[in-house]
Amino acid sequence: MAGDEMARKELVRRHSGVVRLTHWVNVVAMLVLLMSGLQIFNAHPALYWGHASTFADPWLSVRKVEIGDQPRGITAIGSLTLDTTGLLGWSGPEGRREQRAFPSWSTIPSWRDLAIGRRWHFFFAWVFVANLALYWAWSLAGGHLRRDLLPTRAQLRPDHLAHEIAAHARLRFAKGDAARTYNVIQKLAYLSVVAVLLPLMVATGLSMSPGFNATVPGLVDLFGGRQSARTIHFLAASGLVLFVAVHLALVVLSGPWNGVRSMITGRYAIVREGDRS
Amino acid sequence: MTLDRRRWLSAAGAALGSAWLAGCDRLATNSTFTGVLRVAERWTKGAQRLVTDRNALAREFSRAEISRDFRANGTLRPQDPEYVALVAENFAGYRLVIDGLVEQPLALTLAEVRAAPARTQVTRHDCVEGWSSIGEWTGARLSALLDRARLKPEARYIVLHCADTLDPYATDGAGRYYESIDLVDAYHPQTILAYAMNGATLPVRHGAPLRLRVERQLGYKHAKYVMRVEAVASLEGIGRGQGGFWPDRGYEWYAGI
Repeated sequence: MAGDEMARKELVRRHSGVVRLTHWVNVVAMLVLLMSGLQIFNAHPALYWGHASTFADPWLSVRKVEIGDQPRGITAIGSLTLDTTGLLGWSGPEGRREQRAFPSWSTIPSWRDLAIGRRWHFFFAWVFVANLALYWAWSLAGGHLRRDLLPTRAQLRPDHLAHEIAAHARLRFAKGDAARTYNVIQKLAYLSVVAVLLPLMVATGLSMSPGFNATVPGLVDLFGGRQSARTIHFLAASGLVLFVAVHLALVVLSGPWNGVRSMITGRYAIVREGDRS
Repeated sequence: MTLDRRRWLSAAGAALGSAWLAGCDRLATNSTFTGVLRVAERWTKGAQRLVTDRNALAREFSRAEISRDFRANGTLRPQDPEYVALVAENFAGYRLVIDGLVEQPLALTLAEVRAAPARTQVTRHDCVEGWSSIGEWTGARLSALLDRARLKPEARYIVLHCADTLDPYATDGAGRYYESIDLVDAYHPQTILAYAMNGATLPVRHGAPLRLRVERQLGYKHAKYVMRVEAVASLEGIGRGQGGFWPDRGYEWYAGI
């Protein structure tokens, strides 16, 4: 095509060193926290609201149930029960299936060991918190938050939002100078992660600590009690898993090499179509 | 995206995934790596002690909030002969031994424990597995008992020796339950040896005749069936040396999180 001949590739600096470093540290920390967290969840695969557990009446539970002579994995959410055999409750290779809420490929370690899961979880929680603190200190002091993440007034106008949503739905990604900065959907998604979900993980995690409860009793009460905090910890983690799934899909669809390179070297290729200047 | 590239991407993803899983499992059994992970326990304890007043109380609840389904864990009915004999006579011959690094070793009857300065508290019990139950506990303040025995200055930990064998298959003699706390927790106002639960005599499955309550830590620290309180300078040489039945099996000694 004629346009392609005139297109010029230009490498621009997209991500700062701190963003790239904290991004990859966060990838490792969050993956370990998720998988060791599922190991911890497996020790008591039920969730409740309030201060204490109501064992007969969890709002979510994953169990193994014998139906006839068949063991089945049953996941119950409220009054809804789902047969999740093979994935949740009863999983593993045929003939060597075992009772476990989340399957062995999703937990650290792969076998059932709460003590090891907790050791990994709390070590990487420190890594995660230090990393998040570095990111926030730099974002506030270095201007990353104001410059790159906060949407402009114009971006928040309903017609612009609608236009961006429609463009995303058709998988049309920004080109040229528009690709130098985050679009409004990116900004809102990243903000909801770094400003809401990640701090919420820390706060709900601390709220499950009986030691920390004595330090700041108000925090666990803010979430409605320790079992509520555990529930919100699980839900916020689920939200992060959902974010990562969409994030990875969009990286692949928008050109994985360019995206991954920009998060490693900081350089991002922009294609200028018909640029004669 | 071409089919080739898609196939390449999924193959790379699968390879990366299985390498990650195998790597994690290998690290989980590597003693150097698990040794590194263990420093987190020191950081957590240090940070919590730094920001928490040593007498800061665990939250107390109202009687209306008491769980009607308070779960019992660990040993539910010890089969150890000495304990079975004690239950048979309703703990008439029971003596709480307080010894080790103390000036005045004691052997107290249950009546004497009940006559000691006491505290009643409605608190939340948090199991390491993740569940919580709320119960009311009445017991003798451990600080008062230790003061009566007069701790020697070199005492650093209080070891709770229990009546129950939780791991009958342990070949090294470390199958009996025990726990330990440091003096900060031993002298905390809510740290008691409870003899009553929810207004009634402590039931066997919850640790009769005496169980430790150390409210700012997880459930496994709350040793049941306490027979002997020993003041020591070091936890070495007790059990497998990690300060408790579960700490000997990989769990944190400091269970504030």
